[in-house]
Amino acid sequence: MKLHELTIHELQQKLRSGETTAVDLVESVIGRIDEVEDKTRSYITVLRNSAREEAFRADEEIRQGKGGPLTGIPVALKDIVCTKGVRTTCGSKILHDFIPPYDATVVERLRGAGALFIGKTNMDEFAMGSSTETSYFGVTRNPWDLERIPGGSSGGSATAVAADECIASLGSDTGGSIRQPAALCGVVGMKPTYGRVSRYGLVAFASSLDQIGPFTKDVEDCAIMMNVIAGYDPRESTSVTVDVPDYTGYLTRGVEGRTVGIPKEYFIAGIDHEVESAVRQAIAVLEGLGARCIDISLPHTDYCLAVYYIVAPSEASSNLARYDGVKYGYRSQENRELMEMYKKTRSEGFGAEVKRRIMLGTYALSSGYYDAYYKKASQVRSLIKRDFDEAFKTCDAIVTPTSPTPAFKVGERTDDPLQMYLSDIFTISANLAGIPGISVPCGYTKNGLPIGVQFLASHFEEGKLLQVAHAYEKSSGVKKRRPNL
Amino acid sequence: MKITKEEVEYVAHLARLEFSGTETEKFTSQLNDILLYMEKLNQVNTDGVEPLTRAAALSNAFREDRALPSLPHDLSLANAPDRKANSFRVPKVIE
Repeated sequence: MKLHELTIHELQQKLRSGETTAVDLVESVIGRIDEVEDKTRSYITVLRNSAREEAFRADEEIRQGKGGPLTGIPVALKDIVCTKGVRTTCGSKILHDFIPPYDATVVERLRGAGALFIGKTNMDEFAMGSSTETSYFGVTRNPWDLERIPGGSSGGSATAVAADECIASLGSDTGGSIRQPAALCGVVGMKPTYGRVSRYGLVAFASSLDQIGPFTKDVEDCAIMMNVIAGYDPRESTSVTVDVPDYTGYLTRGVEGRTVGIPKEYFIAGIDHEVESAVRQAIAVLEGLGARCIDISLPHTDYCLAVYYIVAPSEASSNLARYDGVKYGYRSQENRELMEMYKKTRSEGFGAEVKRRIMLGTYALSSGYYDAYYKKASQVRSLIKRDFDEAFKTCDAIVTPTSPTPAFKVGERTDDPLQMYLSDIFTISANLAGIPGISVPCGYTKNGLPIGVQFLASHFEEGKLLQVAHAYEKSSGVKKRRPNL
Repeated sequence: MKITKEEVEYVAHLARLEFSGTETEKFTSQLNDILLYMEKLNQVNTDGVEPLTRAAALSNAFREDRALPSLPHDLSLANAPDRKANSFRVPKVIE
């Protein structure tokens, strides 16, 4: 095995024992980036020089017996997470030259744990998309089939892990933007409970739904990353003071006697039959491990997509009002008059999908339509959350497919926004209800495309989620494959 | 039709966006499709249901009213597309 192919927990051991060094590790990862990056296009910015310097310092720390759980580990960040002094674009022309004056809380936490930053990954513009095709910086490709999309919006963070261009990464998930690309690229991706990870320094898309989470090569690494990034942040008013347990302590607890709910609304017509059979197989594995699998119902599932595409664009239209060409970012050259400057700046600076969502949100919030759209959607959102509250009275976790289909072709859905939105049909509900979810690889199609299974748990039950996911992963019988690049 | 071309133009103004004629037509048709899809929410009886506008069941987060260090001037202005001395420069607003 090459160093860049290893997991965090494998590398922790090798680094501590002196079997390898952080400098060797970072060179291995940089070599891999040089080898495959022109195929995957995972990154908007690669931080070769600073990563090398940080690796040198990491080795120094290890020699002195200091260092944290991630010392020397090369981590990639979705380009929506602010990094002091390092360009943060959000995949948009309007922020193409934005250099944040501060670090996001997650960046501070990762650095505090010893991680080094290898680059900023590509994403759908402002995280609006399910395929990483709307970035101003070009399309990211799925390492398993370069003709296909990697999922989105955190596509670059998923491909960077899948193609071994980093050891782990962070993404953000507003309607499935971590879990769906994780499933489509064959890696592990978790969206934590709303409020579990600080959003300070995360460029806002839809503030009541956004949450930062990790992409990793296995479930154990996910627990290690969660240990570092979870926790209260006084700078973020929706961050919560609930204690953070040691998530690695849940990994070996097994699922015997645990109850897993199977919601009938998630096994519907239109779901790819290979995806369905792989997820059914995963359920059988859990039963074989002693979990009790029961049928449950989440009656308002069918309304999640409509609720989401009112709530998220409404919040986005408000959040994105700040891009006015005054304080930072792109400004149109045609700006003789203030209103003209605003309109030209925003029309030239935003791409089509972002404009579509700003329009939708502005319309839904506009006078005369607010009750019919935003208020109605927020009421149905209440019912969706209530469905989950009821379900978790009878089960510890819920199992569903992560995405209704494997990765689709580049360009296949770009002209049909509704068809694109349907990619998120199984992941949106967790954001609306604020609960945590994880996607774990559960097999491959006959054409060799990865398939993911999603586990959901109640608020702040990330531990339970990792417990189920790890038990499944250990006994899944799914052989670890690597994309052939 | 859920939304007309004229409404799209009005909403664009509210959102400080502008479109060409063909763009407006494309947006009108796409927004119509999306809004028609949203109609399905009317099937749900929401009488007496409180709207859920945040995912965390929290009360307001208060802290002591104490001044903390803020971003220095030069850093605040560092990304400005146009600046003059210690200010952001914009086109003339008042005649």
